[in-house]
Amino acid sequence: MQAKRVTFGGTALPLALLAPQLAVTVVFFVWPAVQAVITSFQREDAFGLKTEFVGLENFRDLWADPLYLESFGTTMIFSAAVAVSALVVGLLLAVLVDRVSRGAEIYSALLIWPYAVAPALAAILWAFLLNPSIGPLTRLLRVLGIAWNYNVDGTQALILIVFASAWKQVSYNFLFFLAGLQSIPRSLLEAASIDAAGPWRQFRTIVFPLLAPTTFFLIVVNVVYAFFDTFGVVHATTGGGPGQSTTLLVYKVWKDGFIGLNLGSSSAQSVVLLVIVIALTAVQFRFLERRINY
Amino acid sequence: MGSVTLSNLRKVYAGGQEAVRGVSFDVADGTFCVLVGPSGCGKSTLLRMIAGLETVSSGTVAIDGRTVNDVEPADRDIAMVFQNYALYPHMRVRDNLAYGLRNRKTPKPEIETRVAEAARILGLGEMLDRYPRQLSGGQRQRVAMGRAIVRKPQVFLFDEPLSNLDAKLRVQMRVEIKRLQRSLGVTAVYVTHDQVEAMTLSDQLVVMSAGRVEQVGTAIEIYRRPMTRFVATFIGSPPMNILAGTVEPGGIVALPEGGRVTVPAAAALAPGTPVEVGIRPEEATRRAADGASLRMRVDFAEELGATRLLHGKLGGQDFIVQTQLLDQAADGDAIGLSVEPSAVHLFDPGTGHRID
Repeated sequence: MQAKRVTFGGTALPLALLAPQLAVTVVFFVWPAVQAVITSFQREDAFGLKTEFVGLENFRDLWADPLYLESFGTTMIFSAAVAVSALVVGLLLAVLVDRVSRGAEIYSALLIWPYAVAPALAAILWAFLLNPSIGPLTRLLRVLGIAWNYNVDGTQALILIVFASAWKQVSYNFLFFLAGLQSIPRSLLEAASIDAAGPWRQFRTIVFPLLAPTTFFLIVVNVVYAFFDTFGVVHATTGGGPGQSTTLLVYKVWKDGFIGLNLGSSSAQSVVLLVIVIALTAVQFRFLERRINY
Repeated sequence: MGSVTLSNLRKVYAGGQEAVRGVSFDVADGTFCVLVGPSGCGKSTLLRMIAGLETVSSGTVAIDGRTVNDVEPADRDIAMVFQNYALYPHMRVRDNLAYGLRNRKTPKPEIETRVAEAARILGLGEMLDRYPRQLSGGQRQRVAMGRAIVRKPQVFLFDEPLSNLDAKLRVQMRVEIKRLQRSLGVTAVYVTHDQVEAMTLSDQLVVMSAGRVEQVGTAIEIYRRPMTRFVATFIGSPPMNILAGTVEPGGIVALPEGGRVTVPAAAALAPGTPVEVGIRPEEATRRAADGASLRMRVDFAEELGATRLLHGKLGGQDFIVQTQLLDQAADGDAIGLSVEPSAVHLFDPGTGHRID
């Protein structure tokens, strides 16, 4: 039986009910996005007195700018590192908790906590732990013979923000993987154990393939997170440095726009990011609705 | 070769719940053994202990004379068909069948011949390249059996394999399973709560209740001579009627609101002993109401096509009579019944045990 549809007489009530959400979306999303697209085709003079239409010149400049391309590369490495490490650790923890018979709820609850911490706070926490002069972990690293100073070493700075960003995301991935593991019928694994598959083989040939839809969904979510939600992490720790080494695309948008006051270039960069997120979302919807669906 | 021996087997779960309370019986090689009982009686747990999916709390499980309590499921030389089939959803039928062989490092050509053979036996030829989700319930069931066949195990274990199928398919698959087991000559242990399945499939029937074995025997032995009231009412459809009464001299049992039944076994009991009388619905014969030793008032009749079931009260207790199609009894009629003394079962109301 089909649910009965409630219909409203006029258009005033529905509009009034939708208005708050529409207003928020328009003011904070549609308007700035449209503004960014417009600005990305313009150039402003140094004193902000004159604005001229320059077509695609801002975009052409980006592709010719070695700093932008470097930032692009950094972001790719960063995203891959965050997604892979957060997924692997999340999956590992989920598998372990799934095997625990007693106290699984307690482990789950504790493992979900980091997700409640804001990215910037998580970053500060890690920056403190790995602080070059007073960080407890720094001392540990020094014992191991590693000279740790992310203010000097670009690679170490990148490792720091990968850590800080992935740490939070592990909770999210853990939760989804655990739900995915628990939805695999116990009898499948029992059948596999009668079929002479040991634990590792069961994981590789049964569990992991059945987690594919979850994994794919999480890859997209993690990449989107790494691309767009990590401004706070960078801003609170490295500030994009040393040099250019941790200037992610999303950080560069802000830096070029609000520090460098190059609004045209900054807008062009955010339009590029906009296109990337649209593409990722499209890929996700397309694939999640098809193929990997058992 | 593929015998199964259970001795004093117990299963106590971590919470203290005792699922299996000391079970012992043998399944001879090549026998089709059916474990039957109401849900929660421990029959599935018992099967899973034979498979090695549940640990044994005490007692022993032996397959082919070898104690396997601490042997991994993979090394027990058994195959199991699960209630939900447990097919690997991401593998084609071919890979589902071959999975266990590949894990055992069977040579490729050997795997191919065995898969082809299983597919031929089960008529799965065209389905080898499909995924489980593209198959109907009956086809999935066949794949699950195929996965067991390719391994050529000593013992087949079935955990309520037909309960997810519709009634018609269930009857068809039941026949196929029996035929398959016969032609392969392999030992089978089969769990079900369906007493029709239990009776039709079994060479050896094990009736379980509350973690214990109530009776072991052939289906017909158990039907003819149930050793407890539980077995008497569980095996047979519609179930056996049980009437409370008291013993009178001369092998007679008197029912509370009039009516008397002659039971040879009652002759040995002291008059006044409370007993329970068991009469199968098909053993009660219609008589004229006048002068009959048993009288029943018909509440309503159920039409089954070939037969009718008359539900009513006899001596103030519920009673079912199975009669012929041409029987004319209508709601509200008083009818007379008679029963052959040899067809009456007598039970102790306290213990539920049979009195002979």
